[in-house]
Amino acid sequence: MTATNWKPTASFEVLRARAALLNTFRIFFAERDVLEVSTPLRSRYATVDRHIDSFATDGGGWLQTSPEFAMKRLLAAGSGPIWQAAPVFRRDEQGRDHNPEFTMLEWYRPGFDHLTLMDEVEALLRRCGAPEFGWQRYRYRDVFVIFAGFDPFKADAAELRRRLGERGIAEPEALSDDEIANPDFWLDLWMSLVIGPQLGPQTPAFVYDFPASQAALARVRDDEPPVAERFELFWHGVELANGFHELTDAAEQQRRFEADQQWRAANGRAVPPYDAALIAALQAGLPPCAGVALGADRLLMQILGCARIEDVIAFPADRA
Amino acid sequence: MASISTNEMKSGTKVLIDGDPYAVIDNEYRKPGKGQATNTLKIRNLKTGRVLEKTLKSGDSWEAADVEDTDMQYLYNDGEFWTFMDPTSFEQVQAGKEAMAEAAQWLKGEETVRVTLWNEVPLIVYAPNTVELTITETDPGLRGDTATGGTKPATLETGAVVKVPLFINEGEKIKVDTRTGEYLSRVGK
Repeated sequence: MTATNWKPTASFEVLRARAALLNTFRIFFAERDVLEVSTPLRSRYATVDRHIDSFATDGGGWLQTSPEFAMKRLLAAGSGPIWQAAPVFRRDEQGRDHNPEFTMLEWYRPGFDHLTLMDEVEALLRRCGAPEFGWQRYRYRDVFVIFAGFDPFKADAAELRRRLGERGIAEPEALSDDEIANPDFWLDLWMSLVIGPQLGPQTPAFVYDFPASQAALARVRDDEPPVAERFELFWHGVELANGFHELTDAAEQQRRFEADQQWRAANGRAVPPYDAALIAALQAGLPPCAGVALGADRLLMQILGCARIEDVIAFPADRA
Repeated sequence: MASISTNEMKSGTKVLIDGDPYAVIDNEYRKPGKGQATNTLKIRNLKTGRVLEKTLKSGDSWEAADVEDTDMQYLYNDGEFWTFMDPTSFEQVQAGKEAMAEAAQWLKGEETVRVTLWNEVPLIVYAPNTVELTITETDPGLRGDTATGGTKPATLETGAVVKVPLFINEGEKIKVDTRTGEYLSRVGK
C-alpha cells in the first residue's frame, strides 16, 4: 500500500472554471427573478425510484438523491420560481461519468411546461459556454427511428431484445423473467448502450415525450399512445439533465410511490419510506410547473472537454 | 467462495467465470438517469489470453478467483515440470508445459520470475523482460561487419533461437528482450 493519496484529482484551472460556472448559475437566475433556496441534505423520507438507491444515515434519515421533494413543498407553499445547486448522494454510482456524491443544479418554473423549460435550459447552457446554434430536439419515438431504425412504441420486449442482439450488443447476464418480459428494461438498454452515446456529438440534444411507463414524476399526456411530458438532455453522448412537466395529482403520485415500493420489495431492494410530506403538499396544491435536474459536474466536463468526472471534482469518492 | 460485485471490479481484479480464471481489464459503468444501470466488463482469460466483453446488471457479481501474482525463484526442470520456490516461505511449486508457454525457452535456473498462481498452482510463468544468455551455436562471425545490418540465427544455452548480427560469435553472451525475442546487445566481458 502506498501512502494515502491526499491530493485533489482536479487541477486548479478546472476548479476555477467550476467556481465560475456556479457563479454563472447565480447570475442567470438572479436576472430572471428565480429565488435561490437551500433544503435539507438529510430527510426523514427518501426516493423510492426503482433504480436510485439512497444512503441511510446513522440514527435514521436518508441523504437526498435530489432536492426535488423539498423544493416541491416550497412551491406548494407559494415560493414562486426557485433554484439551487446542491450536493446529492446516490449509492453505488461510480464510473467515468458517475461519482456517488455530485452537484445537482435543480430549478422549478410555475406556469412552464416541459417544452418552455427546455428553452430555458438551452439559454442557461449557452450562457455557460455551450454552442449558440445547432441544438437538436427529438421526440423519444423519433430518436429511436433515427438512431436505432425502429418505432419503440410498436416493439414488444422480445423484439427489443432481438434487435439489440442483431446490433451486436451483448445483453446483461443473469436476467430475471420479469426483466426479459419488461419493454422498459430493454428500452433503457437501448438508450444507455446504443442511442444515448450518439446524441449531441457537437451541440446538445434534447429527447422529449417519453413512454408513459417511464413517467417517473412527470404528467402523462393523453396522446396516441399516451406520452410522459418528460425530457432529457444529452451532450457528447452524456446525459446531462432530466426534466418534467410536473405531476401535481397527489393520488397518482402516491400510487406511483407505492408501486415503486412494491417493486423494490419484490426485487430484494431496500424500501425507504416515500415522502409523505410531498404527498401532503400535493394535496394542498402544487402550482402547475416544470422542473429540471442538471448534473453540474457533467456539464463542466463537457464545457472543458474533460473525459472523466474526477477531472472536475477536487476529491472524488476514492479520495473523499 | 467470495463473490465480487460489479462496483468492486477494478482493473486487475481476478474472477471465475464458467470455471476459468479471468482478469478484469476495464469496467465501464453506464446508467440512464432513471433506468437500469449496467457494467460492461472487458476481461482476459488467464488460461488462453483471450480478451472478451461481458455485460452485467450493476450490483450483480462473479465469484472471486484465487489468483495472485508472486515473484519466485526458478530452481530446475525435470523434463516434465519446472520447479519454483517462494523466496520467503521456501515453499516449492511445479509448473506444467501450458503455464510455461513462452517462458520456458528463456530460463536456465536461479532467475527470479513473476508467477501467477491459481489455487496455489502456477497458471502462467513470465520470463524476466530481458535475459542474458550465452550462444552455444551459430555460423562463424564476419569479422568487422558491424554496418551491413544482416542477421543470422543463433542458438542460446537454453535452446532458444534468436536472430543476431553477423559479427556475433559462438560463446559470446548477449542480452535478449523476451517479449519480442529480439537481440538487444552484447554483454560486456
